[in-house]
Amino acid sequence: MGRTLAQKVYEQHVVRRTAGEPDLLYIDLHLVHEVTSPQAFDGLRAAGRTVRRPDLTMATEDHNVPTLDILKPIADPVSRAQVEALRRNTAEFGIRLAPMGDRDQGIVHVIGPQLGLTQPGMTIVCGDSHTSTHGAFGALAFGIGTSEVEHVLATQTLPQHPAKQMAVTVDGKLPRGVSAKDIILAVIAEIGTGGGQGHVIEYRGSAIEALSMEARMTICNMSIEAGARAGLIAPDQTTFDFLQGRPHAPQGADWDAAVAHWRTLRSDDDAVFDREVHIDAASLTPYVTWGTNPGQGLPIGERVPDPAQIADESERRAAESALAYMGLTPGTPLREIEVDTVFLGSCTNGRIEDLRVAAEMLRGRTIDPHTRMLVVPGSVGVKQQAEAEGLDRVFLEAGAEWRGAGCSMCLGMNPDQLKPGERSASTSNRNFQGRQGKGGRTHLVSPAVAAATALTGRLTAPSDLTDVRATAGV
Amino acid sequence: MDAFTTHTGTAAPLRRSNVDTDQIIPAEYLKRITRTGFEDGLFVAWRTNEPDFVLNQPQYADASILVAGPDFGTGSSREHANWALLDGGFRVVISSRFADIFRNNSTKSGLLTVILPQDQVEALWTAIEADPALPVTVDLQAKEVRYGSTAVPFEIDDYVRWRLLEGLDDVGLTERHLDDVAAFEAQRPAWLPKALPALPA
Repeated sequence: MGRTLAQKVYEQHVVRRTAGEPDLLYIDLHLVHEVTSPQAFDGLRAAGRTVRRPDLTMATEDHNVPTLDILKPIADPVSRAQVEALRRNTAEFGIRLAPMGDRDQGIVHVIGPQLGLTQPGMTIVCGDSHTSTHGAFGALAFGIGTSEVEHVLATQTLPQHPAKQMAVTVDGKLPRGVSAKDIILAVIAEIGTGGGQGHVIEYRGSAIEALSMEARMTICNMSIEAGARAGLIAPDQTTFDFLQGRPHAPQGADWDAAVAHWRTLRSDDDAVFDREVHIDAASLTPYVTWGTNPGQGLPIGERVPDPAQIADESERRAAESALAYMGLTPGTPLREIEVDTVFLGSCTNGRIEDLRVAAEMLRGRTIDPHTRMLVVPGSVGVKQQAEAEGLDRVFLEAGAEWRGAGCSMCLGMNPDQLKPGERSASTSNRNFQGRQGKGGRTHLVSPAVAAATALTGRLTAPSDLTDVRATAGV
Repeated sequence: MDAFTTHTGTAAPLRRSNVDTDQIIPAEYLKRITRTGFEDGLFVAWRTNEPDFVLNQPQYADASILVAGPDFGTGSSREHANWALLDGGFRVVISSRFADIFRNNSTKSGLLTVILPQDQVEALWTAIEADPALPVTVDLQAKEVRYGSTAVPFEIDDYVRWRLLEGLDDVGLTERHLDDVAAFEAQRPAWLPKALPALPA
C-alpha cells in the first residue's frame, strides 16, 4: 500500500520504535518564543540538563512585543519580565535569539520560512499551535505544550504516535477577489473545529498547486482551527523557487542534493487517506465568520444564521451564545455589519503578499473615517520589504496605522487590543471570545476583505467596490 | 508530575461545546513565567461576567471533576490551560471529544482527560445536576468512571496510562535512549539547516 507525504516524513524521522511504546521522533528544527518557554528552561535547570542541539533551535520575541516605540523598554512590567527571561535563557543555553530591533525578529512562523530554516521534509515544532504554518513547505510541523518544549530542548526528540490521514482536495480556479483565507475558512466551516482531530491534513488539487508559498502558509496555518495539529502541501517548483537563495537554504551541490530529495516528497498514487474532503474552488466566495469559533463562518453574501433553525442541540446552544456575545441579530445580512477596527497582520496573513493585496486596494483611497485600521507586518523583514515597495506610504495615506512587527492584535498580549464591545474585521486566525481584548468581537476575513471593509466601515467583499476592482485586479 | 491512580470527588457540569483555551485561561495570564498559580485566570471571563456560570454556583465550588461538552480545549497549545485547571482544583476533565494538543498536554501535566460517549456525558450531567454532592470516582487502574450505581468503562492508551499511574517524567524515559538519538543524528544529511551561526540575508 502506498504512503502519504505525511507518513513518509514521519517514517524518515523515527529514531526508535518498540511495541507498546510511542515512537521516538527526531525534530529537525525547534522554534522558541517568550510565552511558552520560560517554564521549560526552568525545568532544564532544575534537573541539571542542557540543550542538546542549540544549533537546531531558534528563538524570537513576538507575542508580547509592542508595535510602537519598539526600541524603548516594554512598558508593561509583566511582558518585559517575560521577554527578559527569554534573553537570559537563550544566553545561558547558547541559543540564537532575534530580539526586538533585530533584522530577523518577527512572528516565529514568519521568520522560519523567511530565513530558509523551514524546508521540505523536515520535522518542525514550536510551543505554538500555529506551527502548522510550516507544513506549506512539505514539512511535518506541529504545536506542542511547554512540557514538550522542555523535552525537545533536552533530547531533540518527541514521543509520538502516527496520526490519521486526511486529504482536502481543492480543484478548479479561484474567482477574482477570493483567496487562500477563504479556502481555509470554507474548509473549517465544512468539517468543523473538531473535524481534523487526530489527523494530519494534506491539501492538494489544482487550486492548491496554483497558490504562492504565502497563500499556502495561510492555509496550513489554520489547520489547527479545523482540529488538525498539522497540515501540509507537497513541495514543488514554487516551493524550491521560494527557498533558493535564502540565508539558510542549501547552496551549490547541497542544493541539488536537497532538491533531489524534496522531489520524492509526494503522496503515492495508491496512498490511502482515512478521510477525504473535496472543495470546488470556482464555487467559493469571500468567507467571513459570524460567531465565536472559526467554524462559524459563511459566504459574505449570506445572513447571520438563526439558531432556532439549527437541529443539533449542542450546535444550536453554541450559536445562541455566540450571537449573544457578538451582539448580532439572526437574519442580518453579513454585509450590513459595521466594524470599528480592521486588523491586517498575524502569522496567518502578515506576509508581504498579504500587505500587497491590501495596499493595492487602498492605493489612492481613504478608509472610512469611523474605522481604525492597524497594519502589522509579520516580521522586520516583511516590514523592510513593504517599505522598499512604498506600501507603508499607501497605508498611511489611506489613513491606516503602520506598525512594528509582532503578533499584536491577533491575541492582544501587547497593547494592541479591542475595547469591550468593539468589533473587528481581522485577518488573524481565531474569533474566540475576548481573544483580541476583553469583550472584543472578531470577524475573521481575508486581507482583501479587510481592506474593502476598511474603506466602507462594514463587512465588504472586494467585488463590491466597483471603483477599486479595476485597479486592484480583484 | 503527580501520579494518578484513582480520584473521587464531586463533578461540575459545563454544558458548553468548543470550550477553547482562551476561555480556559486568557492570554494576559500567559505572561507569567511560573508553572503554578494560574487559578485566578481559570474561566475568568465567564466567572466575572456570568453570575450563574456553573463554577459560580456554591454547590459546584469544590468540584474536582469537570464534565464538559464536545471539543474541549480547542485552540492554542498553551499548557497553562492544563495548569490552570489543576491549580483550580480539578484532577479530571470528562468530554466526548478533546482537542489534540490539550489532551496531549494533559498527559504531561498530570490532569486526566477521560473520553466518554456523548450519551454517557449527558447521563452524568443529569446525575450531577440532580445531586451536586454526588461522589464520582475516576479509576485509572480499572479504566472506569463510577457514580451512584453506574459504572462506565473508558479507553486510554496503555503507555499513557502506565506513565500517569507511575507519575513518570518523559524526559527521563527518553534519556535511556540517547544512544539511538546519537546514531540517528550521525546519518542526517549534512545539508539540513542549522540556526547557528546567523547568516546574512
